[in-house]
Amino acid sequence: MDEPLHRALGLTDDEAESIAEILGREPNPLELSMYSVMWSEHCSYKSSRIHLKRLPTEAPWVLVGPGENAGVVDVGDGIAAAFRIESHNHPSAIEPYQGAATGVGGILRDIFTMGARPIALMDPLRFGPLDDPRSRWIAEGVVSGISGYGNSVGVPTVGGETVFDETYMGNPLVNVFCLGIMPAERLVLGEATGVGNVAILFGSSTGRDGIGGVSVLASAGFDEDEDDSSKRPSVQVGDPFEEKRLIEACLELLDEGLVVGIQDLGGAGLCCATSETASRGGMGMDVDVTAVHLRQPDLEPFEVMTSESQERMLAIVEPNNVDRVLELCAKWEVTASAVGTVVEGGQLRILDGPDGDVLADIPASSLHDAAPLYDRPMAEPDRSSEVDPSTLEAPDDPWADLCGFLMDTSWVHRQYDSQLFLNTVVGPGADASLLRLKHPVTGEDTGRGLGLTTDGNHHWCIVNPYRGTAMTVAEAVLNLACVGAKPLALVNNLNFGNPEHPETMWQLSQAVDGMAEACSAMSVPVVGGNVSLYNESNGNNIDPTPIVGMLGMTGSLDQPPPGKGLVDGHRLIVLGPDGSGLGGSLWGRSKGAVGGDLPELDYELHLRVAEVTRALVSGGLVSAVHDVGAGGLGLAVAEMAIAGGVGAIAARVADHDALFSEAPSRVVVCVAPDTMSTVEQMAESMGVPITRLGLATGDRISFKGLLDGALDEAQAIFSSRIPDALGVH
Amino acid sequence: MSTVGVVRFPGTNCEFDTVEAIERLGGRGRIIWHEDTHLDGIDAVVIAGGFAHGDYLRPGAIARFSPIMSAVISAAGEGMPVVGICNGFQVLTEAGLLPGALQKNRGLTFINDWQNLRVSSTNSVFTSAAEVDRKLRIPINHFEGNFTCDDSTLDDLVANDQIVLTYVDNPNGSVGDIAGICNRERNVVGLMPHPERASDAMLGSNDGNILMESLLASI
Repeated sequence: MDEPLHRALGLTDDEAESIAEILGREPNPLELSMYSVMWSEHCSYKSSRIHLKRLPTEAPWVLVGPGENAGVVDVGDGIAAAFRIESHNHPSAIEPYQGAATGVGGILRDIFTMGARPIALMDPLRFGPLDDPRSRWIAEGVVSGISGYGNSVGVPTVGGETVFDETYMGNPLVNVFCLGIMPAERLVLGEATGVGNVAILFGSSTGRDGIGGVSVLASAGFDEDEDDSSKRPSVQVGDPFEEKRLIEACLELLDEGLVVGIQDLGGAGLCCATSETASRGGMGMDVDVTAVHLRQPDLEPFEVMTSESQERMLAIVEPNNVDRVLELCAKWEVTASAVGTVVEGGQLRILDGPDGDVLADIPASSLHDAAPLYDRPMAEPDRSSEVDPSTLEAPDDPWADLCGFLMDTSWVHRQYDSQLFLNTVVGPGADASLLRLKHPVTGEDTGRGLGLTTDGNHHWCIVNPYRGTAMTVAEAVLNLACVGAKPLALVNNLNFGNPEHPETMWQLSQAVDGMAEACSAMSVPVVGGNVSLYNESNGNNIDPTPIVGMLGMTGSLDQPPPGKGLVDGHRLIVLGPDGSGLGGSLWGRSKGAVGGDLPELDYELHLRVAEVTRALVSGGLVSAVHDVGAGGLGLAVAEMAIAGGVGAIAARVADHDALFSEAPSRVVVCVAPDTMSTVEQMAESMGVPITRLGLATGDRISFKGLLDGALDEAQAIFSSRIPDALGVH
Repeated sequence: MSTVGVVRFPGTNCEFDTVEAIERLGGRGRIIWHEDTHLDGIDAVVIAGGFAHGDYLRPGAIARFSPIMSAVISAAGEGMPVVGICNGFQVLTEAGLLPGALQKNRGLTFINDWQNLRVSSTNSVFTSAAEVDRKLRIPINHFEGNFTCDDSTLDDLVANDQIVLTYVDNPNGSVGDIAGICNRERNVVGLMPHPERASDAMLGSNDGNILMESLLASI
């Protein structure tokens, strides 16, 4: 017997029944395909919505919270900042260049849809190990896709992270964060209001690419038995030049006040954009499927409605502005067609020609609001057999262990334009990036800066997803402090495995709770997010990888922050508590020990460390600064030595545990001798303990009684790791 | 006050940065749309960086046919200062205002990084305020920045002192370490590095200002 259509489209029997209930009749195939994309995991968040509600989302400076195309916060001087993070994990596993490129394109549209000019991108990337050929192929393709699209579209990529680890073998993570700014009064929402207003589709023509991308591709895992290349037609193809013209055209439409509402076409294409704008506006819409400009003539209506062809937007326009809108689109060589009309009632009707047959007739809001909501079973994974790294013996050669962690990612970010718009004070490769904040219309420099960071640590989150996620948020706060910025808000991308596995749902739920606790404790509202599930390969789920993108702001920006590089003759100080405990550490992982638990996190103390760090950085009182994260104090000092080309002589580090522990709330600073007492007094007055670690000097990196190695050896390992693995020099 | 016109093709993305760098030095910048056909009220032209017409076919290959280019070519012939930065350099070679061509970088990747440049000649509208051998720290940002030309062209460039900027550590394989050249009349200059990105110490360097000052002084 043939499989019923709804199952082939990825809908369950129960879901098909609910659709029939909503319509009061059996859906036709077009209607069924529309529900199947809108009720996919990717679009409906049906497995995660129930958990996401627990995140704190409010603060006086939040203008738009979760649920819109992007979160928006007030950054002062009449400027609003819109930001969002998205994933393009599954497409990038199949076709790395286009998967990553279209990920960039999609997030940009989310930002300029809100009325903001995109000014910065960041890319947290996770790949399988460097010694795996397929993972290298994916990494090279993803990086060139981001470079090829991001540079050409004219938005700088100012930061991100690159991690290689076996958990991402076969299932890379390609997350993309975008920030835009706008005059606060220009904020637009994706709403269709006003009966008789016209829906104009503009941008690329609609083709057969990406049909079912959200359901076939993004909402299922990968399996060796299947030929994944068969999924390749579900990956879209990007055109950055089309997108660049689309950005300029959209911003001019908004400048002239020509649109009532605007929405980008992303996952689920026209079906999503028409139903979403109509239901947000409490209206209905008639869509003439024959009016859509097509890439090839013989597209079926269901293909037109669900195609994920890139670089398309839908604007809701008053009838008397239609001509001007078409004229502006023509100036930017952007094709535009009137495809729909806003109508009373809440029905989305798909018509075959302006007065043609009704091909589909469904309540627009049912595609969103009536989507199923699953409270999937949860179970804590049994990890009792995993080895606690704290029980391991001290390493014979801690220097070799330390060198194993060194990796320069500049091969990645040298391929990105990180400087466009003349805002980049601190670019990629730093703890956080820092941009000058100029008014988006007048160009006037506010004298303040925006700090941006993306952070995630799966080693922490597999051991303890609750505290690991909390520590991730905490690390982002410290990263911002290292460039003198105070957090405003964050967006998150929750990358997890198969939600049909109870262990995955437990991890997701724990991560959300940990994030909620940390965000509440540190007053960082969550203004948007994305959930990527089914990150699995051959039945193995990835380690839970919640990634946060945090935006912060500096006070008066009088000088660039000092950066990581040590300065010869200056002293080294650790701000914050003594750290110990190896659970979740890179060192533990390198020894195959992934058990135990994470160190404690004291929010009060953490906030004080962040505050004193900000004060020292913005006051110009430190000559180098770097927070302690993955790899512990040892790696932090080594990275600072490499960055400055100056060695370090450290003491007061008891053992390998203290050297490699990733306990939170610690920052290493380099201080000129005559500033030491000022720095120490400031730390003391803010209740932050300090440790005098040693001195920046010479050509060796040494921790008394633990390790001693040549700086140039570390430098060579650091800079050659990726080029050697990729065979590029 | 004299006005520098900064050409904007669809896909250009450094036009506003260039205007900002010019205005920081007290000059006046004005965006010129590629479909304009005249340069009325313009005293010098900068063709800014980016991806004119998406760099489709080949960087600069379509831009040379944009209507504004006829006006730029005739103004250059009459001695107006014309500077092409990055993609603008590519456009100028395609338009025949400068010799040579820009091919893909030796390493076959896009490179955005700081470079140390050496001023090789001060006899051009874009280097006149500098001194020979002065080192300038200015970033590059390109995939196709590997300058190439045949041997006789290179001999001519050397013989006529048309090489204005060279790389200290050649990042892209350019012949003769060439980062920038001028025409024989010395009023048309093309360079791959982005001086507008080195216009403020807060951004890492202000070494590009001496080049922009040269341009403003030439008007």
